[in-house]
Amino acid sequence: MASFDYVIKDVHGIHARPATELFKLIKGRDCVVKVAKGDKEVPFKGVMGIMSLGAKQGDSVKFSFEGAEADALMAEVKAFMEANL
Amino acid sequence: MVVYSGKSVFGGIAIGKICVYAKEDSQVKRERIEDPEAEIKRYHEAKDVAIEQLGVLYEKALKEVGEDGAGVFEAHQMMLDDGDYIDSVENIIRTQSVNAEYAVAQTGDQMAQMFLDMEDEYFRGRAADVHDISERLIGVLSGKGSGGIQTDEQVIIVADDLAPSETVQMDKDKILSFVTVHGSANSHTSILAKTMNIPAMIGCDIPLDDTVNGKMAVVDGFEGKVYIEPNEETMAAKKKLYEEEQEKKALLEQLKGKDNVTLDGQHINLYANIGNTKDLGLVLKNDAGGIGLFRSEFIYLGSQDYPTEEEQFEIYKTVAQTMAGKKVIIRTLDIGADKQADYFALPKEENPAMGLRAIRICLTRPEVFKTQLRAILRASAFGKIAIMFPMIISLEEVKEIKGIVNEVKTELDDAGISYDKNIELGIMIETPAAVMVADELAEEVDFFSVGTNDLTQYTLAIDRQNDSLEKFYNSHHPAILKMLKMIVDAAHRHGAWAGICGELGADLTLTKDFLAMGFDELSVSPGRILPLRKIVLETDVSEYKKSLNEANP
Repeated sequence: MASFDYVIKDVHGIHARPATELFKLIKGRDCVVKVAKGDKEVPFKGVMGIMSLGAKQGDSVKFSFEGAEADALMAEVKAFMEANL
Repeated sequence: MVVYSGKSVFGGIAIGKICVYAKEDSQVKRERIEDPEAEIKRYHEAKDVAIEQLGVLYEKALKEVGEDGAGVFEAHQMMLDDGDYIDSVENIIRTQSVNAEYAVAQTGDQMAQMFLDMEDEYFRGRAADVHDISERLIGVLSGKGSGGIQTDEQVIIVADDLAPSETVQMDKDKILSFVTVHGSANSHTSILAKTMNIPAMIGCDIPLDDTVNGKMAVVDGFEGKVYIEPNEETMAAKKKLYEEEQEKKALLEQLKGKDNVTLDGQHINLYANIGNTKDLGLVLKNDAGGIGLFRSEFIYLGSQDYPTEEEQFEIYKTVAQTMAGKKVIIRTLDIGADKQADYFALPKEENPAMGLRAIRICLTRPEVFKTQLRAILRASAFGKIAIMFPMIISLEEVKEIKGIVNEVKTELDDAGISYDKNIELGIMIETPAAVMVADELAEEVDFFSVGTNDLTQYTLAIDRQNDSLEKFYNSHHPAILKMLKMIVDAAHRHGAWAGICGELGADLTLTKDFLAMGFDELSVSPGRILPLRKIVLETDVSEYKKSLNEANP
């Protein structure tokens, strides 16, 4: 399993727009993605779950990846987070 | 006559009958079904239809309110495709053997509640989106439409709140005004009202029943009031206001195509400021003589990595071609301070307004700068482009910039790529230092354009984003007006022209003064061009100068 932690820098946090873009990346890929904030972990199956974390600026979130495309997808998600959040 | 007040989000007068927009009653019944798998299939089909509907609404909204306003429909599509939502609906149908409508309503309520329980206001607001998509699904499943207005005449729409999916479906020709009980100033409804140029109010305590429905009313978007069955006196006053408004609009229409010449023959160029290629339609519609400020930073801010020469070239070329020979002044990269792009990885600064920004970034990272210059120069072969450099403080900077421009030109020559060899180079005057050395700078460039926002902030030492300093802030401060005069004079002494592209340029109370100072150009947001032209056409500059001299002998 691959994973990385990320501290959100964007003032709005993971709101609808980035959640939508993130989900577009993940959708249809051969990989199970989970997101966690603190002790709450949700399977990343859509925009609602990740938004339900209420991740704001300064919060640390953990993405974990399991599956054939885990490493490639992690690199993409990480790049997206760094560029947008 | 009954009067209700609210918060105006767009001015104007509307007179007509009220149509209360009521959402269709979406009471969902719980029904037992025999074949859960067939019901799940029915749900998936409805979901696909709903996603398709949202795609249509997205395209429609894109045309009506632009990308920012349309984004919500894409977000709604994603919500319909949400794995947790789908799992929950399927699970309820399967375990309880109930109809899809009921399962969707249950899921929608649960998910909405999850958002409502969150601390942050933004996330709580997403509950409305969950309701909106759930209602859409139920509408598709039950074969019902999703409300609407049935009317043949133009009406004032009164509603509790309007979801984007509701406003976008309305026939825009039938709408005189929007009045809502809830809603925010940045809502889709407000954006739509501004785009449609019709008065709109939010936060209005108006009842949504037959005491107002179908009644004659006046919406005054200037004072934020709705008059139901206005008395004769009010009606007459409002009608007069309405007619004045219409006259003003018509007059502005008449001003299109006219030269910007004063009564005594002084000419001034009125150009438009734009921050996106999407604004080009407005530039042409408002009859701008050119583009006086093309803020190139949107290309950088909307990107996840440095935009390539090719990407930039295509954009600049489109603008140059659309303007068909009219001047397009492209300002080079102006980021830093309040405009940040992560991939630049700029260090965090204590005082970003005075930090590594604009031309300072370009001169620190010449490769980034040269990529942009190459793209602009290549595009200059397709129209009339000029280049403008922001945040200049010294002659050395200007010389260094010109050196880099020449390097790029030589590279293009060597590669046999064509560009406009006589392309104009200008600088923004937005620091007091640039004003003080304006004579030296004018020797080196073809034009000056004054960025009044930064010039004022640096001259008065007042952060314009700090509300508590409002009482000290004076955009007409004599120091600024004196500087403006110094800038024009210095430019003219050295054969350069001078313009203003900051907010002050659109200040109609100063237009005569700018003419008297001798400015050659004002660049303003597209909607301000025709009001400016009206003043120019009505002004006699020599008379005005005389009156100034008499007032201050």
